[in-house]
Amino acid sequence: MLEIKNLHARVAESGVEIIRGLNLTVKDGEVAAIMGPNGSGKSTLSYVLAGRPDYEVTEGEILYNGESILEMDPAERAATGVFLAFQYPMEIPGVATMEFLKVAMNAQRKARGEDPLSIPDLLKRVKQAAGELDMDMGMLKRPLNVGFSGGEKKRAEILQMKLLEPKLCVLDETDSGLDIDALKIVADGVNQLRSPDRSIVVITHYQRLLDYIVPDAVHVLYKGQVIKSGDKSLAYELEENGYAGIIEEAA
Amino acid sequence: MNIHATPQRTAAETALIDAFGERLSLLPGDGDVMVKRDNAIEALKVGLPTKRVEAWHYTDLRRLLSSVPAYDETARPRAVAPVFEGSAVLPMLNGASVKKLPSIEGVTVQSLADKLIDGSFAPALDLDRADDAIGAVNVAFVVDGYFVDIAAGTQLAAPLELQNVQGGGQAHVRFPVRVGTGAKATLVERQTGDGENAFVSSVSQLTLDEGAEVLWVIVQDQPESMTQLSQFKAEIGKDAKLTLFIMNAGGKLVREEILVNTKGEGAVFTLRGVNLLAADSHTDVTMVLDHSVPNTSSTEVIRNVVTGNAHGVFQGRINVAQYAQKTDARMACNTLLLSDDGEFSTKPELEIFADDVQCGHGATVTEINRNHLFYLMARGIDEKTARGLLVKAFLAEVIEELEDEPVVDALEVLLDNWFQTHG
Repeated sequence: MLEIKNLHARVAESGVEIIRGLNLTVKDGEVAAIMGPNGSGKSTLSYVLAGRPDYEVTEGEILYNGESILEMDPAERAATGVFLAFQYPMEIPGVATMEFLKVAMNAQRKARGEDPLSIPDLLKRVKQAAGELDMDMGMLKRPLNVGFSGGEKKRAEILQMKLLEPKLCVLDETDSGLDIDALKIVADGVNQLRSPDRSIVVITHYQRLLDYIVPDAVHVLYKGQVIKSGDKSLAYELEENGYAGIIEEAA
Repeated sequence: MNIHATPQRTAAETALIDAFGERLSLLPGDGDVMVKRDNAIEALKVGLPTKRVEAWHYTDLRRLLSSVPAYDETARPRAVAPVFEGSAVLPMLNGASVKKLPSIEGVTVQSLADKLIDGSFAPALDLDRADDAIGAVNVAFVVDGYFVDIAAGTQLAAPLELQNVQGGGQAHVRFPVRVGTGAKATLVERQTGDGENAFVSSVSQLTLDEGAEVLWVIVQDQPESMTQLSQFKAEIGKDAKLTLFIMNAGGKLVREEILVNTKGEGAVFTLRGVNLLAADSHTDVTMVLDHSVPNTSSTEVIRNVVTGNAHGVFQGRINVAQYAQKTDARMACNTLLLSDDGEFSTKPELEIFADDVQCGHGATVTEINRNHLFYLMARGIDEKTARGLLVKAFLAEVIEELEDEPVVDALEVLLDNWFQTHG
């Protein structure tokens, strides 16, 4: 599904290198957790995967289903099935959430050569997905993410993920700002999407989320590199002993 | 001793003065009206305003108005479909009123030409300021228009659209409108046409009696080669409410002056505007708002989108008289610059002589928020569509404030039309 080889990336404006020779493989149907201390490059990795223009890839390769996505813009990547659930979803005044969902779903359908959804069909899908996430339809009449609480924003991200049916989901600290009930609902939403042809990359600070979204693999990111990989027991080890031991071991 | 060298007249100034001589016999009016016309042309003989005149600093009319076309008597423009479906339409075609008009209960419509001929309109033709070039052009040349009186207590079921349709050459019209006590109406002032290089002046004079409520929508969608000089003047009576919405989406040289006086306590004025600027056009919206009595309020929000090498101007001046305590006035002008060569000049001015008021103003000039753009694109929306969504959102915010669904929908259709040709 995803193969990252010797990736180097920097902040376009300042030239500061954040990702420094990162290697990572995520298999089809796998849920991979990426953990690491603050400033290790977790969010940068998620933005680089989605194609945010604020970051430049200077070396290395990102292969998605065997093909490089580095030359693709964010919309093209999304249309091929890459989805980033933002840590801080943008509030966009004036763009109604429902209108946004319609445009996004139909843009991706168009890219795949499918017909646009009819309004009743669209409403039905949105209603069902929103119901599963315990979201109020009234929220969707508001401008995109405007005035949503932290938890509502995260649910809205998962709602988009359900509706857009991506192949590679990248969840950037989806657990931050969620209380335990909301966390369970969001985790259930993600778990429902687990399938043999869909891979999920869960970026998180804490092991807590991984109690609900149980990963197949855990990778520890430090200073822009994966310094250790393992199974879910690695997450417990980190929870127990912190990052210091692993960082020392790698040094 | 100072010697004032009179600069040589420009081609446009010469054309205007010559046209007055040639048209004199065709201009309706009794003796009083003709004196007003003479005064107006004398004012123009001093020269069109330049950037040295403060009110024209960003719109150097003398330099920008490169020529004035001859009249085109053969032009036969036709009325266009109204902005809001189901509106009653009063069309001015090539500067002339039409005979057959819709009859609307509670509304009296007279041709302005009749009121010029009998002289009853003469007192309304005084120029209030030395720099009133638009007033001067209009007073000198106005031939016709509609005089509309909406009787007290009337609730207009459908909007009334005053349509000024040019077919090339020159057209000079005037729309005096009185809305009686407690009456409620939606009026549209449409400045449109298909003539290239036309020269149009239009003056609306609105009076709101006590408790009247009016939504006045100005839609200007002229060809991108013409000159539009407009004035909208209003006096708002006690407890009356005026909401003025402006959409500029055309023209090459456009100046729209908004002159509003809140004359009665409890008067409320709301201005919302959208300027869509393209190619090498120059569009100037200049407002002078007088809060003359206590306990009146106003808010003004103007949103601009600038493409090509267009230049936009917003001047907003709020005068609060010493006696006008408890005035509440808020003004904002926000611009989205979509090209490197576009330009927008904004000048807010507050002149406050009262000591117990709340007044504020703010202006921003920004580009499209790239974080917003990335977010939309990350959901598979291509760049062009995503930019379009964000620009439309920026403008739709002020339109949606009108909270009248058919009105909002119709204005959003106009937005979409503009984006289809300029997006």
